Amino acid sequence: MTSTDTAADGVASFPAAGERACTIQTTVNGVRVERALDPRMTLVEFLREDLELTGTKVSCGLQVCGVCTVLVDDQPVSSCTYLAADVDGRAVRTVEGLAREGALNGLQRSFAEEFALQCGFCTPGFLMMATALLERDPDPTEETIREYLDGNFCRCTGYQPIVAAVRRAAARKAGEAGGEPS
Amino acid sequence: MSGTRETAGRSVQRPDFMAKLTGAAQYTVDIGMPGMAHAKILRSDRAHARIVSIDRTAALDAPGVVGVITAADLGGLFPRFGHIVPDHSILAEEKVRYYGEPVAIVVAQSAWAAADALELVRVTYADLPDVLDVAAALAPHAPLVHEHTYGGTADESFRVLTGAEQERASSNLAHEVVLEWGDPDAALAGAATVHTTSVTFPMLYAYAMEPYNAVASYTGDLHVISTAQHPFMVRDDLARVFGLPLSKVRVTSPFVGGGYGSKSYTKVEPLAAIASWAVGRPVKLVLDVEESIYTTRVDSAEVTMTTGVDSSGRILARVADMVMDSGAYADNSPLVLAKAVNRCFGPYRVPNLRVRGRSVYTNTSPASSYRGFGAPQGNLAGETNLDQIAERIGMDPKEIRLRNVVGPGEELLPGKRGLDADLAADLEMLVDSLRGARSEDPHTGIGFGMSVSDAGAFPVSTAQVRVHVDGSVTALSGSTEMGQGSRSVLGQIVAEELGVEHSRVTVLQSDTGTTPYERTTGASRTTVLVGLAIQRACADARAKLREMAAELLGTPIEAITDVAGGVRTDEGKELGFADIVRGWFGSNAGEVTGVGLVRRDGVTQKMPPFWEVGVSGVEVRVDVETGVVDVEQLVTVADVGFAINPAAVEAQDLGAATQGLGAALFEELVYDGAQLANANVVDYRVPRMSDVPRRIDLMLAERGDGIGPYGAKGSGEGALNPIGAATLAAVARAVGRWPDRLPLTPERVWRLSCEVAPSQPAHTAPDYDGSTADAISDGTQT
Ligand code: FES
Ligand code: FES
Repeated sequence: MTSTDTAADGVASFPAAGERACTIQTTVNGVRVERALDPRMTLVEFLREDLELTGTKVSCGLQVCGVCTVLVDDQPVSSCTYLAADVDGRAVRTVEGLAREGALNGLQRSFAEEFALQCGFCTPGFLMMATALLERDPDPTEETIREYLDGNFCRCTGYQPIVAAVRRAAARKAGEAGGEPS
Repeated sequence: MSGTRETAGRSVQRPDFMAKLTGAAQYTVDIGMPGMAHAKILRSDRAHARIVSIDRTAALDAPGVVGVITAADLGGLFPRFGHIVPDHSILAEEKVRYYGEPVAIVVAQSAWAAADALELVRVTYADLPDVLDVAAALAPHAPLVHEHTYGGTADESFRVLTGAEQERASSNLAHEVVLEWGDPDAALAGAATVHTTSVTFPMLYAYAMEPYNAVASYTGDLHVISTAQHPFMVRDDLARVFGLPLSKVRVTSPFVGGGYGSKSYTKVEPLAAIASWAVGRPVKLVLDVEESIYTTRVDSAEVTMTTGVDSSGRILARVADMVMDSGAYADNSPLVLAKAVNRCFGPYRVPNLRVRGRSVYTNTSPASSYRGFGAPQGNLAGETNLDQIAERIGMDPKEIRLRNVVGPGEELLPGKRGLDADLAADLEMLVDSLRGARSEDPHTGIGFGMSVSDAGAFPVSTAQVRVHVDGSVTALSGSTEMGQGSRSVLGQIVAEELGVEHSRVTVLQSDTGTTPYERTTGASRTTVLVGLAIQRACADARAKLREMAAELLGTPIEAITDVAGGVRTDEGKELGFADIVRGWFGSNAGEVTGVGLVRRDGVTQKMPPFWEVGVSGVEVRVDVETGVVDVEQLVTVADVGFAINPAAVEAQDLGAATQGLGAALFEELVYDGAQLANANVVDYRVPRMSDVPRRIDLMLAERGDGIGPYGAKGSGEGALNPIGAATLAAVARAVGRWPDRLPLTPERVWRLSCEVAPSQPAHTAPDYDGSTADAISDGTQT
């Protein structure tokens, strides 16, 4: 990261709102991106406003509801409170990166089959959190799913269909690995 | 129900899922307009105060600021909105009525610049005495939230529904409804047992995850894209503000990130619209969650219900009094109140009745519609009271309900549609499931209840279907897709009626500029009323296509009958829709439009269009050490007549019941002085994944008894309505004492279990059974 501002300059030279005082290099859904941005900018602002990746949503803005979850170097983070400057040199994955060539991936298909969404506003966050879970634990128990996804809110579904979707996705993956048709 | 149906009745995958799963779905918050500026709202930091002056000089000089708008700038506009009482100032005029009320709009190049400049607007207030709760508001000589009345009721049909009277400016009473028949006082005097229950229903926030937001462009005519559930109602309010013909006001609702009633009627649209009008550019306004809570909350209620029964448990009379805290502006609270009044006494035969309901203005954030529409508030009192009376006379809570429940076809409200449901059968299904899976743990309890709601709202609905030259179909409806799945269900009806594949049908919705009129998306009406309009539009398209086919083939029209995707002649010649459209227009061009209209006529003459049923129950386990309540089991019965998409119906019921559990166990907005102590979703706790019941049984009861397509009735609210009382009763049976308010937080439940006197053993029977169990101690007066 480069910055035009240095500690020695003190408060007086703190960049004005909107001044793109630092430059980052990152990879977003496999695409390399280099941008100058305001160091105050959050990751979700960078994704939604600069890159027009509006799939990632904001609700609470306080790091509690999980709708803004994206993966930074495979770790789930709340992009509403994560500074965009901090993805410098890292790889970001968002909901837009899940489908391959227009086809839903196994997790997305499982969400559809289990009716694990209604309004869909929480869905990008759940998909990214569940992606992180399944990458760590390809066969999570119901308890593990509930624990891992407890920080993601959904007001529409009553959650059980989401639990079922994650289990179905795990089973589907196991089936694919075992050579069975999914 | 019918094996002959191709698409209706199947859990087909919803067509909106693809966009929602890939991040491609557009919500209002994702939409911009060229040249757009951004608005932030300066809000009142006190509950009740006169605005002495507003100094915006410094703000106007701040970098990036385009304009600062106050009520003083609205000359020539109608500065208020409100579909029942037009009392709601867009920006506070002369005085502020609640903490959080919009006072000024700052418009700037970026949302950041607008937020920074907000702090530079200086408002000088002179404090006024305030009324922060209903007791203060109703006290003699209380300060008035509104000193004067407002012009005529804006919504004609509201008068038809409730006989609304105008408010008086002599008090803080926003609205009063009295419903009465028979002689309840005499009947109570002659009753074998009379029992009174008082309960408090908490102040809630619906928390749709997409906060209120809108983008508006005023260029002589007005286009607003917003999170509105009812874009046509919002259009009417905006047309009045600007004095524009309806044709010049376009309100578009793309995908809505949750509504649950909280996005019905006008919210932030006038703010964005006047900002655009003032600065001459499109303006976007996005609220955060705290601002959204201060925009619309749910009416809290204090309800007292008295019931008299004879020695066999038959209800002789019910008398209820309810007071709702409706906040600083009426919004939809008068209607919520009217509904709470006629929903509080339950689906029972009540030969003598008197319910008095009052909606009260206070200096708190304005309340309006919420899923269930008054039913959750009223049902809590009615069902709890019935459970307690059953216990007093030693009767099974299922039995007392069966003894009094209104039967199919029977009238519940004088002059209204007879009940189009078999509640006794539903209740048997529910209780069998609940008791069948009963745990033996002494610290568990079950509770269940029923509700019926006069649903569907006023039956005005229109729809169009366009049959294209390739035989595919586009259906147009003004109804909003906010998660409930109407896009799928309406498409399934089109597919069924025209005999085309569901995948070849597209449904476009909720744009007052391009889709036909729809009164509202609420009261669980879409499947029934829009469904009927869609069916009629399909029939109209088919009639036109038959005529065209007759002309093309030179056959008499009588010789032509409908088949899937086309027509057939007496001689067996078949023409598909594509052949007809192409042949009639004489080229590979053209389309045929069918129109469907629904009004108060025919099957929708009698009000309500249908009764929405709620039959739900829970089993809870209470940790007596901590007071934590776990929901072990949730059971719902969806009495929907016919489920056009069964998986979608179950999804609605689980979602609704889960919201009900939120209000029952966790959710409550708490005022600490002028402002809320928990206007965020850290402190306002909503249900999480770990709260989900371990056992869930969602049942369907399909008896084809609705007036909607294929016998359908609506759903989406019903399962929520009885959850409060069911949970309260279950906790009472687990701890041996009746709570008198929701939510049942660990602290409240722990205190409750500590209050059980040592001489009075905690109730230990796993289920209430009057013949063996001790009565649960009951703090209420009898
Ligand atoms: S919006 Fe980021 S956690 Fe809620
Ligand atoms: S699907 Fe609406 S919030 Fe989860």
